[in-house]
Amino acid sequence: MLKIENLKAGIEEVKILNGIDLSVNAGEVHAIMGPNGSGKSTLSAVIAGNESYEVESGSIIFEGEDLLELDPDQRAHKGVFLSFQYPVEIPGISVSNFLKAAISEKRKQLGLDPISAKDLLGKMREKMELLNMKKGYLSRNMNEGFSGGEKKRNEIFQMAMLEPKLAILDETDSGLDIDALKIVANGVNKLKNKKNATIVITHYQRLLDYIIPDYVHVLHNGRIIKSGGKELALELEEKGYDWITKEADKKWG
Amino acid sequence: MREELSEDELLEKVTTSEYKYGFTTDIESDKIQKGLNEDTVRLISSKKNEPEWMLEYRLKAFDIWKEMDEPNWANINYPKPNYQDIIYYSAPKQKKKLNSLDDLDPELKKTFDKLGISLNEQKRLSGVAMDIVIDSVSVATSFKDKLAELGIIFCPISDAIKEHPELVKKYLGTVVPTRDNFFSALNSAVFSDGSFCYIPKGVKCPMELSTYFRINEAGTGQFERTLLIADEDSYVSYLEGCTAPQRDENQLHAAVVELVALDNAEIKYSTVQNWYPGDENGVGGVFNFVTKRGVCHKNSKISWTQVETGSAVTWKYPSCILKGDNSIGEFFSVAITNNLQQADTGTKMVHLGKNSKSTIIAKGICAGKSNGSYRGLVQIAKGAKNSRNFSQCDSLLMGDKCGSHTFPYIEVKNSSSQVEHEATTSKIGEDQIFYCNQRGIGTEEAIALIVNGYCKDVLNQLPMEFAVEAQKLLEISLEGSVG
Ligand SMILES: Nc1ncnc2c1ncn2[C@@H]1O[C@H](COP(=O)(O)OP(=O)(O)OP(=O)(O)O)[C@@H](O)[C@H]1O
Ligand SMILES: [Mg+2]
Repeated sequence: MLKIENLKAGIEEVKILNGIDLSVNAGEVHAIMGPNGSGKSTLSAVIAGNESYEVESGSIIFEGEDLLELDPDQRAHKGVFLSFQYPVEIPGISVSNFLKAAISEKRKQLGLDPISAKDLLGKMREKMELLNMKKGYLSRNMNEGFSGGEKKRNEIFQMAMLEPKLAILDETDSGLDIDALKIVANGVNKLKNKKNATIVITHYQRLLDYIIPDYVHVLHNGRIIKSGGKELALELEEKGYDWITKEADKKWG
Repeated sequence: MREELSEDELLEKVTTSEYKYGFTTDIESDKIQKGLNEDTVRLISSKKNEPEWMLEYRLKAFDIWKEMDEPNWANINYPKPNYQDIIYYSAPKQKKKLNSLDDLDPELKKTFDKLGISLNEQKRLSGVAMDIVIDSVSVATSFKDKLAELGIIFCPISDAIKEHPELVKKYLGTVVPTRDNFFSALNSAVFSDGSFCYIPKGVKCPMELSTYFRINEAGTGQFERTLLIADEDSYVSYLEGCTAPQRDENQLHAAVVELVALDNAEIKYSTVQNWYPGDENGVGGVFNFVTKRGVCHKNSKISWTQVETGSAVTWKYPSCILKGDNSIGEFFSVAITNNLQQADTGTKMVHLGKNSKSTIIAKGICAGKSNGSYRGLVQIAKGAKNSRNFSQCDSLLMGDKCGSHTFPYIEVKNSSSQVEHEATTSKIGEDQIFYCNQRGIGTEEAIALIVNGYCKDVLNQLPMEFAVEAQKLLEISLEGSVG
């Protein structure tokens, strides 16, 4: 589904990603871990098409198509979704109106008929229930005055509504209380199927108890320095990053 | 890859989109020679078969105007119009009065269709009575009978002068005196037509009263005069909206609107203004110098809501004189400037009565190389004990070639009153646009969405049907037909 090869990207003169290789197949869950500032959010921003970052070389192929040739909204229409580490406030736009705009635009671009207000509302209700969201939430303005946890839950709610093929969850667990973490993880699991894939970026093993990864990758200085199965996360939890980052630093300097 | 457009380029493109409503209607019209002197004033008055007292009123105004200078304190730059090079009267030739909108000139009808407003549809859907002003003379009035049953008078002011002289004499010029300013004096001398509305005691007007304005004759100055009186315990919501056809010469528009809210009355006055703004070089736009003011008696309320998207130059300060105790004045405004447009707009809230309250919410949006200014005056007199004002003035800048300025003036002459002022300036953030993009919302759409959100507090004040139209205008003036 997603194939990233030798991806190098940065901001102006600063190199952040120094050659990323990553393959994700339909039905898989990949976890990306790594120290602060290692480039996790940058990688997700580049996949989503944030134009603040310049891609120096490499490729990102998604479902056989070169993502780097597409604008961010076109990538979204193809089924790429990013749950932001820091969701953005859009004052004055209610959650329901925002989602209506997003879904209408996507359907239009895909040549589908517009969704009726009734169906849209029905779907929103269903997904709200799935994520145990408070009444009245739909009429609040996008992320305006939301608590940290509410913002994260709102990201997953949008994911549930948009039904992406590839979801990248950038530290969705941080800011969620214990109950909320379970609810959100449970929601993500319910949305999982054989045709979609998830990339989970996290610092904590805890989330991976609920969303069980098929692969765990460690990102350091813009490179994936180690990949493994779900046991790798447990090992990292116990030993920290030092033991692998030191080795990697020796190799790349 | 799709055509690469940075936010700036997109704004640039948006900025250069052509005015959608730039067309003219081909209707025969009856106009007089260019220029202004005493004879012009007499001619206008006689063409309208006015009574002697009205002619005298006009002549006196003309004398006052001759002695006055054009104001230049506003933050706008424009070539001063040559007042001798303007046609002061132009009326579409209409043989007979219309009883229903079906009798409307087919050309006019086409014009309205182009604006996307089917009158019949609008009438049916929203129960709006229209008093359509094309150029200077009202050509159709609807729902008159229904309103008449309630004793409501809603007619062209030229008719009111003849049919209800006692009301016109009593109130005309009481809120905006002739010598108030240069443009009000000019208007008082040469006003062509406009609307008159009287709501009797205790009557709640059951429908929104609406007027659509259009400038339609090259080089014709527009001097609308509106007088609206809400008698004790009455209520009315009044809508004013306009679009103008494309022109090469600047068109002067100097309207005067007077509102009188007697004890316990409420007036809601909403405007969507979309005069031709000029082309991308600023050529040919409308100059809009408007004096709008309302006086509130005891326990009464006046709300001004305006969405200003048009004109090359706008000079406009809908104001409230809070004369009565416990009276309330409100001002909700969205002013968009684009290309080379200039707007100096705001409000004055003059508190005279005790416990009077005023609220000001002004939202400016500047794009292109335009210049937008908010100018507000909150004046609290010594006797206006315990009065309050809250003002919020926000500006949203799009791109870095435009400018926004805020000039709040506050004068408080007693210690029991409270005045609060908040102001913010923001830009649409790239992070907001990327967030929208990531959810599949394109940049242009995202800008429209964010702008709508920013204006929500003001748009919410508009009656439903009007809000939809206003939203459409916001989109047109910021996005045009990009793509
Ligand atoms: N817009 C930017 N401007 C300047 N530097 C940036 C920008 N974005 C990222 N960086 C730098 O790139 C590096 C990687 O940042 P990134 O946000 O990708 O890290 P991360 O792995 O997500 O870290 P965290 O675990 O703290 O979220 C950091 O050193 C950061 O300061
Ligand atoms: Mg991060």
